[in-house]
Amino acid sequence: MDFQVVVLAGGLSKSLVPLVSKEVPKALLPVANRPVLSYVLEHFEQNNLKDFIVVVEGESAALLVGGWISNAYVDRLHVEVAAVPEDIGTAGALRAIDHHLTAKDILVVSGDLVSDIPPGAVAAAHRRQDAAVTAMLCSTPVSGPSESGSSGGKDKAKKPARHNIIGLDPTKQFLLHIAAGGEVEKDIRVQKSILRAVGQMEIRADLMDAHMYAFKRTVLQEVLNKKETFLSLRRDVLPYLVRSQLRSELSQNGVLAEENGHHKDFSESSTVMLSQLLANASTQSFHELYALGPDGSAPSPRKTHKCCVYIASKSNYCVRLNSIQAFSDINRDVIGDASHLSDYSFSPQNNIIHPTAVLGSKTTVGPHCMLGEGSQMGDKCSVKKSVIGRHCRIGSNVKVVNSVIMDHVTIGDGCSIQGSVICSNVQLQERAVLKDCQVFLLLHFARLTQVGAGYVVSAGSEHKGESLAKKEKQ
Amino acid sequence: MVAKKGGSKGGGMGGADDAEEELARTPLQAIVLADSFTTKFRPITLERPKVLLPLVNAPMIDYTLAWLESAGVEEVFVFCSAHSKQVIDYLDNSNWFAQPNFSVTTIESHNAISAGDALRSIYEQHVIRGDFILVSGDTVSNMSLSQALKEHKERRRKDSNAVMTMVIKQSKPSPITRQSRLGTEELFMVIDPESKQLLYYEDRGDNLKGYLSLDKALLTDTSISLQNDKQDCYIDICSPEVLSLFTDNFDYQHLRRDFVKGLLVDDIMGYKIYTHEIHSSYAARIDNYRSYDTISKDIIQRWTYPLVPDVHFFGNSATKLERQGMYRAPEIKQSRSAKIGPFTVIGTGTSIGNNTEISNSVVGEGCSIGSNVTIEGCYIWHNVTIEDGCKLKHSIVCDGVTMKSGAALEPGVVLSFKVVIGRNFLVPAYSKVSLLQQPIKQDSDEELEYADNSSGITEVPSISGTLDELKEEERTELPDSQEYEVGDGGVGFIWLVSEGGQEEEWRHSVAPIPVDKLVGIMQITNDEADISNEDGAFLPPSGELGPDSITNDSNEDGEDTRDDSVIFEREVEATFQRAVEEEVTEDHVILEVNALRLSYNMTSADCAGALFYSVMKLALDAPHDSPIELVKNVATAVKKWKKLLKYYLPSIDEEIEVILKFEEMCLESAKEFSPLFVQVLHHLYDQDIIQEEAILDWASEKEEAEESDKVFVKQSEKFIQWLKEASEEEDED
Repeated sequence: MDFQVVVLAGGLSKSLVPLVSKEVPKALLPVANRPVLSYVLEHFEQNNLKDFIVVVEGESAALLVGGWISNAYVDRLHVEVAAVPEDIGTAGALRAIDHHLTAKDILVVSGDLVSDIPPGAVAAAHRRQDAAVTAMLCSTPVSGPSESGSSGGKDKAKKPARHNIIGLDPTKQFLLHIAAGGEVEKDIRVQKSILRAVGQMEIRADLMDAHMYAFKRTVLQEVLNKKETFLSLRRDVLPYLVRSQLRSELSQNGVLAEENGHHKDFSESSTVMLSQLLANASTQSFHELYALGPDGSAPSPRKTHKCCVYIASKSNYCVRLNSIQAFSDINRDVIGDASHLSDYSFSPQNNIIHPTAVLGSKTTVGPHCMLGEGSQMGDKCSVKKSVIGRHCRIGSNVKVVNSVIMDHVTIGDGCSIQGSVICSNVQLQERAVLKDCQVFLLLHFARLTQVGAGYVVSAGSEHKGESLAKKEKQ
Repeated sequence: MVAKKGGSKGGGMGGADDAEEELARTPLQAIVLADSFTTKFRPITLERPKVLLPLVNAPMIDYTLAWLESAGVEEVFVFCSAHSKQVIDYLDNSNWFAQPNFSVTTIESHNAISAGDALRSIYEQHVIRGDFILVSGDTVSNMSLSQALKEHKERRRKDSNAVMTMVIKQSKPSPITRQSRLGTEELFMVIDPESKQLLYYEDRGDNLKGYLSLDKALLTDTSISLQNDKQDCYIDICSPEVLSLFTDNFDYQHLRRDFVKGLLVDDIMGYKIYTHEIHSSYAARIDNYRSYDTISKDIIQRWTYPLVPDVHFFGNSATKLERQGMYRAPEIKQSRSAKIGPFTVIGTGTSIGNNTEISNSVVGEGCSIGSNVTIEGCYIWHNVTIEDGCKLKHSIVCDGVTMKSGAALEPGVVLSFKVVIGRNFLVPAYSKVSLLQQPIKQDSDEELEYADNSSGITEVPSISGTLDELKEEERTELPDSQEYEVGDGGVGFIWLVSEGGQEEEWRHSVAPIPVDKLVGIMQITNDEADISNEDGAFLPPSGELGPDSITNDSNEDGEDTRDDSVIFEREVEATFQRAVEEEVTEDHVILEVNALRLSYNMTSADCAGALFYSVMKLALDAPHDSPIELVKNVATAVKKWKKLLKYYLPSIDEEIEVILKFEEMCLESAKEFSPLFVQVLHHLYDQDIIQEEAILDWASEKEEAEESDKVFVKQSEKFIQWLKEASEEEDED
């Protein structure tokens, strides 16, 4: 298909601390016991896209990701792992790997995207319109993923979060306006020139940028080189391209030849003669005029480029793992409602219990659960809607509900874990109660924390490894 | 209140069912404004009201009334203002008063100068009992009202605030001239795609910016639709409340600019306007010469069927449609060698001479056209005489005009009633010729502005009544040998186009827009686009320059508030500066600052800080050579504005804020103050602006701060020490 796929796998995402650490970069966070990156890679593989550049922030993280990829996909995919400095933004990351880009079009996808939207469809939409950029949009989730436990504004809490304000043409193929980030909360400023050209624009608040883009390589490279201040694809590059689509600042080389052809889309007729134009001045498409100019009186054809969209249907799954809330949501969904995302085969009870897992007597594992390889559970345990990693040792009378338990976790008898995330190598002593609906107990294996016996973690607060350890000593 | 009465009368106050029944019982009413309240058809409208001007040989108002009758309207109120007598006379002599199931009543008013006045005076008559159709008498349409009415009533039943439904139609404005094919300005509307509620209405360039700025509150649901390709048909289905709204808001003049925009902006009363889009039927209003041209062509090409010349829809004579869009009335005397081109209408009793060519034109009744005449795209009304060899292009020629042989009209000319054009005279493009002299723009910019504005306020109704007198006067005033400007033997004055208007004359004339204008304007739009491109680049500074990556979204709130407070500070400073320069009293400053405080949602501590900053800035800006003088400046400034400062310092907290602000100034914006920190502080203490408690609190607050933050605390150590001792002494006493 002559598409290169660039996976922006990030590094140590701040919003995911303490889930991520030097040992576990964001890309390797487990979703149903598989690194999140594998969902992206395998999803593209299914669409016959096998040429990847995985961009990781930080050398050490890149080594870890690279190691994992070469283990898992050595014979299946052609993956290059590129390390870039931290905090240079998505646009900076692409700038840094500029020389790796060779294909005609580049698909850029965020490495934390768990989705079943066929990238082929995005690529096809891109090619069909010969667009400069095609962005994938998905419906805004009902509960905002970024709202978890942090300092969300007061107004934000009241209405569903808006991620983007998006303007589309009536055919819903072209992106005419996009506001991201802080602009979303401001008044909407729509360029009249674009509105004039199209006639109608639909402004939507229920769509969001899903962080999968198809770029024309020349366009992408040019913008990145010219606009050195651009840091983010989402907030700088894409809005810039959308804004300037009717008066493209892109150079003629390589782009214009194709660009000129495209103005036909907005109206049926393709050629505009001045005489026609005079006879019926009001019926011509602005785009044609824009591009052609008044029969040679304009110094040169005006340059335009197209910004397209692919709108995923509501039934598609599309969530980014960019917050702790999202982490637990995705884990729950992948073994639950969106079980088709993983290759796992579910048992008749609608759960996955690895053959090597050992269950004690009277222990029940409900539907939408996963029990990893070599994990053991004692008697009279109950697991609901949770993921339990590999080689965990779980005592008797333990309740696990709506939680994610990573690998090598030891849980003492009588513990109760609800709505929590427990990282690898954590030990919970007997009768620890972790209960929380919104906030998570986050324990990181690096700290090898033990939660004291009978220690009850109250709801509504967020505890990290240290604080628990400290309290235990008291 | 009167308004209430009107509301309940209309049935809006009763229970939903009652209201519906009542609505069903009332006959469908319509208001026809037989006055456009504009000056666009001058000079013709000085002598005859616009609604009586012939449109394809039938007066405009006949089209409107015929449509209303066919659409099931039972009672029509024709509001006449300018030339009201002519309108009433015409209707008296027409068949309209004799129609079964269709009653036409005229309402006359001589002091109405706008649509708002008209509706107010109709309201006073208490004739409107239910939902009504509001149109002007220059509307040509064949749309069926039933669907729009049904929608309107359904909405009304659910929500009594849905007071109006506007009819709109697809029509993309020209990308170059940015006006619709009817010659009206481009229109930006925001419509809720689900409910069709109108959320925003922007006609003509009251906002010349390259972008549309929409309040984010408009986007309450998931989506809104921005439309630039619609045309406002000026057909409104209104609830009776509309009339009372006009009465309540006596400053509403224009239906769109005041009323529609007023309702959209006003979110207290919550009145809503909805739109109804028509697709296959025709609806348009004759707003200017260009729409006169466009709509005439539409009629000839039968878009307005059944309102076409060969259908007997009212008193028009039997005209036959022939091939190529030719309409011919009986009793035409036409020379064999005359060529009557396509899409042309010839009225009864007209004679056409040898080798004359007429194409795409309308010729009225009883005209006599000589030989070798060329007429292209013209509208020739009744009883016009055109002698041999004349050439007419894209012009309007009113009743009774005589063109002597060899005269020619360039495109866009308007010849008003009974003008005579002299032999071989060439009337320059876009000129308007009338027997009446152009009224001198005596009163004013205001009128000029209105006229330019397409507003609808200045028909100058007085002229109608005194027209004949006026003519007489002119006739007598001017000697018979007066020099008319229209050639040998001609009679008429060429109206000067006002300076601003000259540019734009071609936009609204009947003639097609000339190529060079298009090219010119295209160049301008080109430049504009470039400018707005630059603009665009600056649009989201936060997005482009912010140190953002995909992951950090959290800082934004903080940034926003900081921006706000910076702006607030600047505003306060500006207010204060004004106060200093214009010697505004403190009370007024307090009022203004309070207003700012409310609008930026700031605390009184912020006000205190900002004001203090402004005062110090004042002192700093005053000329001074040495630090000592600066201190003196401070002293005078503080003394002068002490009352103001004190007003915003009700408690210790605000005072601490002032000290902190001062610290910040010393560090950042006004380093000059930093060596004088203690002196100024002391002075503030002496002036009772800052109490010792505040200073002590500030000092103790700072104790835990970093070293770099404590510079000034250290500076003022002695002073603080002294304060402490003083207070202790007091305690001891």
